[in-house]
Amino acid sequence: MTATTLTSSRAKSSASLSHRLAERGISARLLLLVPALVFAIGLFVYPFLYGLGLTFQPLPATQAQWGGGLFANYLAFFRDAFTFDSVWITMRLALPVALFNVLISIPIAFKLRNKFRGKRTLQALLVLPITLGTVLTAQGLLIFAGRQGWLNRFLIDSGIIDQPLQLVNNYLGVMFSLIISGFPFAYLLISSYLSGIDPSLEAAARTLGANWKQRFLRVTLPLLAPGIATTFILTFVLAFSVFPSARLVGDASGETRVLALMAYRSFGEQLDYAMASTIAIMMGMVELIVVAIVLLGRSLLYKGSTGGKG
Amino acid sequence: MSLSASAFESLEMKEVGRRFGGRDALVDLNLTIRAGEFIALLGPSGCGKSTALNCLAGLIPLTHGEILIDGKRIDLLPSEKRDFGMVFQNYALFPHLTVQKNIAFGLQMRNLPKAEIGRRVTEGLALVKLEEHARKLPGQLSGGQQQRVAIARAVVLEPRLVLMDEPLSNLDAKLRLEMRAEIRRLHQSLGLTTVYVTHDQEEALSLADRLVVLREGRVQQIGTPEELHNNPVNWHVADFMGYRNLIDVEVESVSGNLARVTGGGLSLNATLVQPAITGDTVRLAIRPSDLLVTSSATSTDGNKTFDALVNVVEYHGREFSVGVTTTMGHNLFVQAEVAPVPGEKVTLSVDPARALLYHSELEAMSSEQRELAEVRG
Amino acid sequence: MSNTTLTRPAPVTGPSKTAKAGSRLPPGERSLVASPGTWFVWAGIAAFFIFLFGIVLSVLVDSLGKPWFNTWLPENFTTSWYQQAWTRFNLTHIMGVTLLVAFSVVIISVVIGVPAAYVLARGSFPGKNVVMLLFLLPILIPPITYGIPLATVMYNFGLGRTILAVILVNLVPSVPFVIITMTPFIEQINPAIENAARMCGANMRRVFTKILAPLLIPGILAASILVLVRTVGMFDLTFLVSGPNSDTLVVAIYRAMTAAGGGESRQLISAMGVLYTAMMLIILIIALRFINPTQLVAQVKEARED
Repeated sequence: MTATTLTSSRAKSSASLSHRLAERGISARLLLLVPALVFAIGLFVYPFLYGLGLTFQPLPATQAQWGGGLFANYLAFFRDAFTFDSVWITMRLALPVALFNVLISIPIAFKLRNKFRGKRTLQALLVLPITLGTVLTAQGLLIFAGRQGWLNRFLIDSGIIDQPLQLVNNYLGVMFSLIISGFPFAYLLISSYLSGIDPSLEAAARTLGANWKQRFLRVTLPLLAPGIATTFILTFVLAFSVFPSARLVGDASGETRVLALMAYRSFGEQLDYAMASTIAIMMGMVELIVVAIVLLGRSLLYKGSTGGKG
Repeated sequence: MSLSASAFESLEMKEVGRRFGGRDALVDLNLTIRAGEFIALLGPSGCGKSTALNCLAGLIPLTHGEILIDGKRIDLLPSEKRDFGMVFQNYALFPHLTVQKNIAFGLQMRNLPKAEIGRRVTEGLALVKLEEHARKLPGQLSGGQQQRVAIARAVVLEPRLVLMDEPLSNLDAKLRLEMRAEIRRLHQSLGLTTVYVTHDQEEALSLADRLVVLREGRVQQIGTPEELHNNPVNWHVADFMGYRNLIDVEVESVSGNLARVTGGGLSLNATLVQPAITGDTVRLAIRPSDLLVTSSATSTDGNKTFDALVNVVEYHGREFSVGVTTTMGHNLFVQAEVAPVPGEKVTLSVDPARALLYHSELEAMSSEQRELAEVRG
Repeated sequence: MSNTTLTRPAPVTGPSKTAKAGSRLPPGERSLVASPGTWFVWAGIAAFFIFLFGIVLSVLVDSLGKPWFNTWLPENFTTSWYQQAWTRFNLTHIMGVTLLVAFSVVIISVVIGVPAAYVLARGSFPGKNVVMLLFLLPILIPPITYGIPLATVMYNFGLGRTILAVILVNLVPSVPFVIITMTPFIEQINPAIENAARMCGANMRRVFTKILAPLLIPGILAASILVLVRTVGMFDLTFLVSGPNSDTLVVAIYRAMTAAGGGESRQLISAMGVLYTAMMLIILIIALRFINPTQLVAQVKEARED
């Protein structure tokens, strides 16, 4: 009797170690992951942590000015109005632009959903600005929407206005730039989410007597909502990170003194690497908070799958 | 839900056709459906049956023809106004709504009072026996359960027409049989006029009051299951109705509607369904259950016999499905009650009334044939 | 079964009122020209394109004009700006750097990213979620947030203003991008195929080279093009670590626009801008001849015909 109990307790698993590991997903195959992990840790995690550490090593000048010992950089960030205001300035630019880009994309994605002649060309053209890039767009805006540019000329010549509008080197300029580069991106995303919704769901709603508005509100929109939230997050991140446009078509020392510019100022001009990292990290924090709020809202409203490949 | 008074007397499809992308998906469909009927649209994929259903539903427009209910045109109405219920092949349940809310959807579109909606949803759930799943999401249900929700959602509106687009094709064999019985039961108790699309002839035969067989967009035959099963109008319909034995033979002599034919290793008397003369090549169609194994020498009832070699014997419980080869190498299928041995030689005979002869090429039904089908139907 | 019979809605007799503007459409087809909503959408699209074409055209015309200040069009047309820009900014060198950086980034991120995507697509292992998050973060976080610490590290290692540094920093958004686009692509390849190959006797290496690689090529090419375009157009990261010898074209244009003293001549910059766009377009045209970017995006069938 004892002999059998001994063997039965030892025979928990007769499978070899490698098989047992493989059951849990650990095998030689994981080695393929190593280069990517090395990359991620070496070029992302380590520098990030290093930067984080730097924020706690303020320059003597900062410490002298703001006190707080190790936390001098953070104190400077929150207390220095010049720096802290840039949070609000960047938000004032990024939030409306992101909202606008996403909300405008929805009806356009709907209208362009069905097949029609020239659809492919239209879509290719809508995506064009992505290839232009922010710097090019900035140069173009300066010329096109400048005081001597075609836009103002047209408005004056056709009598709509008397004086040329100040559309560049201010908030508006950056806003235009962000919309031109942000809208195609938002449209692409929303459009692909929309096409991921099973069309037979709308057909079913039609046979059940739902008209266009009812189908949109009761079927399509709830299924699209998660995609809209994701698109908003991504568009917001893009807009919040605005950098060259704020300098080129904005007012870098005033209206459009965005966080990225402030960080660069510390980094490249003042050579205060610790402060630069501080601003950079705080920028990431603010953005993360907004993203978290949106995700929270999305999980509160969203139930069930997207009903397709969405 | 009781047997509701039907909302119409007849639905008429006149010369309905749809041309799409240079191709005729559906041509000249003429069908009159009476209230309470169960119509099956049957055919292989690509034959136009789903097109016909979607045209009825209003999900795609007609390029030709009209659809009328009691004389009034409805083909110009959008789907949401037609008051038809539809069950989709992939069920199309709203994934973000519970079972209850899915079923309630159509009732809410009608702006019925809440109490009324609640009552009818409860009845609908009871009808398909899903009461305890009322608050679940479609993703949490099995295929068969989702199917039942889709059916409940369609019938709870008591629509004047229920459309079903191959609803059972995504289910496994056992579930399919069970659901088939369910659908039959529902039709019998609710009496809703139904148009049912399928490629499975067994399903169509067991469910329908009348069948419409389609091929490449064209109607081949319209009739009751018995008519289609016993009197298929061309070899395609015969093939679809389980006449597995199709042989090209030559006509040696004709007398009345009987003909003596030879070919493929056999020679016998058969019935001409479509006219032919001596020398024509025609197609012979025989059901496996009509090919009888006889003892060699005597030919029962004076019918001609022919010999064949047994290839394969499949056990089917009550009978055997036997594959044989004729002396000319032609494969035939016989349904026998006693199993022969593979390699054995057997003698087969068939009642001339059950050996049907057709033209080898299919042609569109002539207008007389169509009118005849209409009248008969 | 209760005995109540319910009232049903009155049958609709005439054509519906939903088709406006006098166009009576058969059901199932929706007109493009009907409601005010459509006009709004088309107006929005039109405004967008007016700006877009205005911008592109302005830069183009500017680069060809001499001079251009107060008039609708420049007084003279010339191509001298291009020659000037080319020699003045040493564009041969800059183009070379840009292409070198871009292609290096593409190749490295594919070599690193595709195997990682394969592991993520095929298996689950302890810590998989952490790894996925790790690869997702660089795409969610603004480039400046990780770029500045990264640039600081680069300078500390003495790599400041070198081409190597530019390549390395551009890898950070590119490798995750490749991983995130290739993982679902690999997932949709039926794993049974690999099993079938193994049953036929193929070892891992052969399965990869003979079965997987050919299937992955369309996805890899599509991802490569996107990485290429992104890297050529990437400003923020490159700007932080590049110097006169290692600037890419975008950064060079920026420096020209923000040079002390109000920037370089506007027309020179426009010429550079046109060259940049031309380079981008050439890359795209060559690329699109070989690949179809929609391979990466799932589509749902619309057909109702059978």
